[in-house]
Amino acid sequence: MSGVRVLVGTRKGAFVITSDGTRKRWDVGGPHFGGWEMYHIKGSPADPNRIYASQSTSWFGQTMQRSDDGGKSWQPVANKFVYDGVPGTHQWYDGTPHPWEFKRVWHLEPSLTDPDLVYAGVEDAAIFRSTDAGMSWAEMPGLRGHGSGPRWQPGAGGLCLHTILLDPNNPQRMFIAISAAGAFRTDDGGETWQAINQGLRSQYIPDPNAEVGHCVHRIAMHRSRPDTLFMQKHWDVMRTDNAGDRWTEISGNLPSDFGFVIDVHAHEPETIYVVPIKSDSEHYPVDGALRVYRSRTGGNEWEPLTNGLPQQNCYVNVLRDSMSVDRLDPCGVYFGTTGGQVYASNDGGDSWSAIVRDLPPVLSVEVQTLS
Amino acid sequence: MIRVVLPPHLKVLAHVQNEVVLDVDGPPTIASILDAVEGQYPMLAGTIRDHVTHKRRPFVRFFACEEDLSHVSADTIVPAAVVAGKEPFLIIGALAGG
Repeated sequence: MSGVRVLVGTRKGAFVITSDGTRKRWDVGGPHFGGWEMYHIKGSPADPNRIYASQSTSWFGQTMQRSDDGGKSWQPVANKFVYDGVPGTHQWYDGTPHPWEFKRVWHLEPSLTDPDLVYAGVEDAAIFRSTDAGMSWAEMPGLRGHGSGPRWQPGAGGLCLHTILLDPNNPQRMFIAISAAGAFRTDDGGETWQAINQGLRSQYIPDPNAEVGHCVHRIAMHRSRPDTLFMQKHWDVMRTDNAGDRWTEISGNLPSDFGFVIDVHAHEPETIYVVPIKSDSEHYPVDGALRVYRSRTGGNEWEPLTNGLPQQNCYVNVLRDSMSVDRLDPCGVYFGTTGGQVYASNDGGDSWSAIVRDLPPVLSVEVQTLS
Repeated sequence: MIRVVLPPHLKVLAHVQNEVVLDVDGPPTIASILDAVEGQYPMLAGTIRDHVTHKRRPFVRFFACEEDLSHVSADTIVPAAVVAGKEPFLIIGALAGG
């Protein structure tokens, strides 16, 4: 019997929402960790019962949780994230040097093959790794050791490493993205990294074509084509077909190419989804209508998906880690809003319904496909 | 034996319902009390003070015997009534909101 488990992180706790393969009736579990900000919760592809969660508050900082039974019970694991060596400085908002300071874990990426191996993307931007199921963490210092590190500058949300993509065909290769430094790739298991921002153009930085400084909001990959990546940048939707060596714009007919989320259909590598947001000064949908846009041609040609979504007086946002897909057929698509709704489509985006409403603002949505 | 009251979020994290009672090694200072808290409840390490610098987190306060001990040296001996177990050492999440 197939089913799905939706892991929802919010400003005030985590929720675990489940359904069978029909994805018509939903059971909402939680809140777990009530009152805590849950930036990200993600399950291991190698063991779906193993789930990692990032838990934080402004008062008590970062803690980490792990479940070994599919989210029924949790145990605290290590929360000590210490930068390797002398941390040095990055740029502050005013351009002055600012010491690297750990603030929180934004994103967790479990290994595709080893349930005890998990990567953490943190603010101030760095990548950490645990090889013992979260019981200890060590920085992979090659990333911050990239020569551009001292020039990285935070976006409005902080200098956060928010995206980690693992290449299913090449365990030595991974991709990460940082707001507002850009995208980086390693081909040697994280020892060294290269900036992969050629083709990005950002009018809000002094040199629009700079090597680093681009505010990448999210990158997505289809596991069958790991050299093809799709990017929602601050403005512009982009794609690369050579693992980031060169990006091209695919915003096409989108009503706004600002947004945060982007994801790829589980079975159609050229079908992608975004949620256009009006602008970076108005973080809500265009015309107050919540519309997912789908391209079935790998970009440029987009169609609005509105069936079941509010088409008036809707002023929510959809944050960067808040969209996910399942692997059932038809593919399910999910996203959460800052208004506390989690919407799901069990037909690839043709129709939508809220599987839960009135949660705290949603920070992240991940889906596990269970069999 | 020193009594320590944790803020609600940290009680949940440490799986305790009420105040905790601790044996403190050496002089009963703020630092040694926090050492004992973290020794008995390792999941609280880093939530009250920084892992490395041991600097108090900005939104955490320490009270005892109607005194604010948040800004004194961590090597300060806590009041005699706390040492005697008559009064608790309070770890507080600073008020915030509006």
